[in-house]
Amino acid sequence: MNCFEIKDLNLHYGTFQALHHINMDIAAGEITAFIGPSGCGKSTLLKTLNRMNDLVEGCKITGSVTLYGEDIYAASDVNLLRKRVGMVFQRSNPFPMSIYDNIAFGPRTHGVKSRLELDRIVEESLRAAAIWDEVKDRLKKSALSLSGGQQQRMCIARALAVSPEVLLMDEPTSALDPISTEKIEELLLTVREKYSIIIVTHNMQQAARVSDKTAFFLTGEVVEHDSTETIFAMPHDQRTEDYITGRFG
Amino acid sequence: MSKQNIIKLREKLMSAVFLVAALASILAVGLICFFLLVNGLPAMGEIGVFKFLLGREWSPTDIPPVFGILPMIVGSLYVTAGAIIIGVPIGVLTAVFLARVCPKRLYKLLKPGVDLMAGIPSVVYGFFAMAVIVPLTGSSMLTASILLGVMILPTIIGLAESALRAVPEQYYEGALALGAGHYRSVFFIVLPAAKSGILTAAVLGIGRAIGETMAVVMVAGNQARMPVSLLKGVRTMTANIVIEMGYAGELHRQALIATGVVLLLFILIINLSLSALKNRSKQ
Repeated sequence: MNCFEIKDLNLHYGTFQALHHINMDIAAGEITAFIGPSGCGKSTLLKTLNRMNDLVEGCKITGSVTLYGEDIYAASDVNLLRKRVGMVFQRSNPFPMSIYDNIAFGPRTHGVKSRLELDRIVEESLRAAAIWDEVKDRLKKSALSLSGGQQQRMCIARALAVSPEVLLMDEPTSALDPISTEKIEELLLTVREKYSIIIVTHNMQQAARVSDKTAFFLTGEVVEHDSTETIFAMPHDQRTEDYITGRFG
Repeated sequence: MSKQNIIKLREKLMSAVFLVAALASILAVGLICFFLLVNGLPAMGEIGVFKFLLGREWSPTDIPPVFGILPMIVGSLYVTAGAIIIGVPIGVLTAVFLARVCPKRLYKLLKPGVDLMAGIPSVVYGFFAMAVIVPLTGSSMLTASILLGVMILPTIIGLAESALRAVPEQYYEGALALGAGHYRSVFFIVLPAAKSGILTAAVLGIGRAIGETMAVVMVAGNQARMPVSLLKGVRTMTANIVIEMGYAGELHRQALIATGVVLLLFILIINLSLSALKNRSKQ
């Protein structure tokens, strides 16, 4: 079963074409990694999946993207789409408010009012993001008082709090130290059963460690999309092999 | 003289020029305080500090004269509070509109308009209010509050807008990515993130409102008695000074200057709370 099916997607920023004829099915219940050199379009494609590209002026998209069969660009409710498809950003972006309010913002947005229910969601989300034990005694403290790695895990908890079906992660560990990175990779492996995850990463070891499928991007095209084992052990395309063996990138 | 010495001399000369320029403004502030205190404090002493500050009657031409400025202190506070109640919500909402909603074309029209408001002389605001607001609400506390509320708008809008623009875009994007709509993201994430800047805007608005004189004199009615109702006249400290200074003699004149001392004290408190705010937001 696929969560996303992308058909003949082209994306222009003004006159610059950032994505060329992308055709791709992304399997549900798996971790898919997008790899490739800077500027290859992997983050751009990620942002088309929850329509964050709508914010970019002059961004034009043709082709179709469906989420479980529904065309996300034809559907009118972009807020509902973003509830179903959560996102974790490259730079952690906790809101300048308490940890509790950070996590509760999403559920409150979608109509959860009961205090008990919110308490439950906050605890579950923080547990799922493996940060509950570190913050349970200071939920009322500002989220900005957390360390960089904790902030990013809190942002993951915040994304999980609205129970998304898919989680998009845009280089979530690129600004973090190795220990924080390891914690986030571990937590990815624990939440993979409940969510489909798409992770953009510059770090090929990371892709190899956590993902089931890997897609290799080059200059706005998908060169190869296959099981991670195949991509890393016996890529079909010479360019993939060159990139993975470190000949460029 | 060698070339290097000339350069050195020029450097010294220039730093002296800058020093003098800097001292001039400090000197002005110092002289103002000195003048106010020297002329105002003795009157306060003669009248009695409590009688002066808390006296509910101001009858400078009676025999013997009575100098109680509580009506004017309360008047200033009421009118300023009214201005804040009217000006801050409108100003903040306008700033939200300018910073986060308004299309670029409209912005190019609105922004210079708001900036122009700041440059309009207060006597013109006074005329406007006499012609437009006074027919509806009379020369009253309400009229003065509405007028001041309008007059502080450019201050509030300008500062609140830059506070909103200083909020990192990633807060807004983070809220959108959770499925929050544009307005929910702006009002529940971006606006709270700008709250210290907006508080600063409000405090500066208070400073501007409490010090405003001309426009207030034109529409407030200026009765020197304890404020009784929103729709009755009121006299502020600034109005008190400007109305009576022309004919005041001796103790009366000094009492007016002492009113200036009290006004200065209020401004000082406002400035202190401003720098306290700035320090807090730095942490």
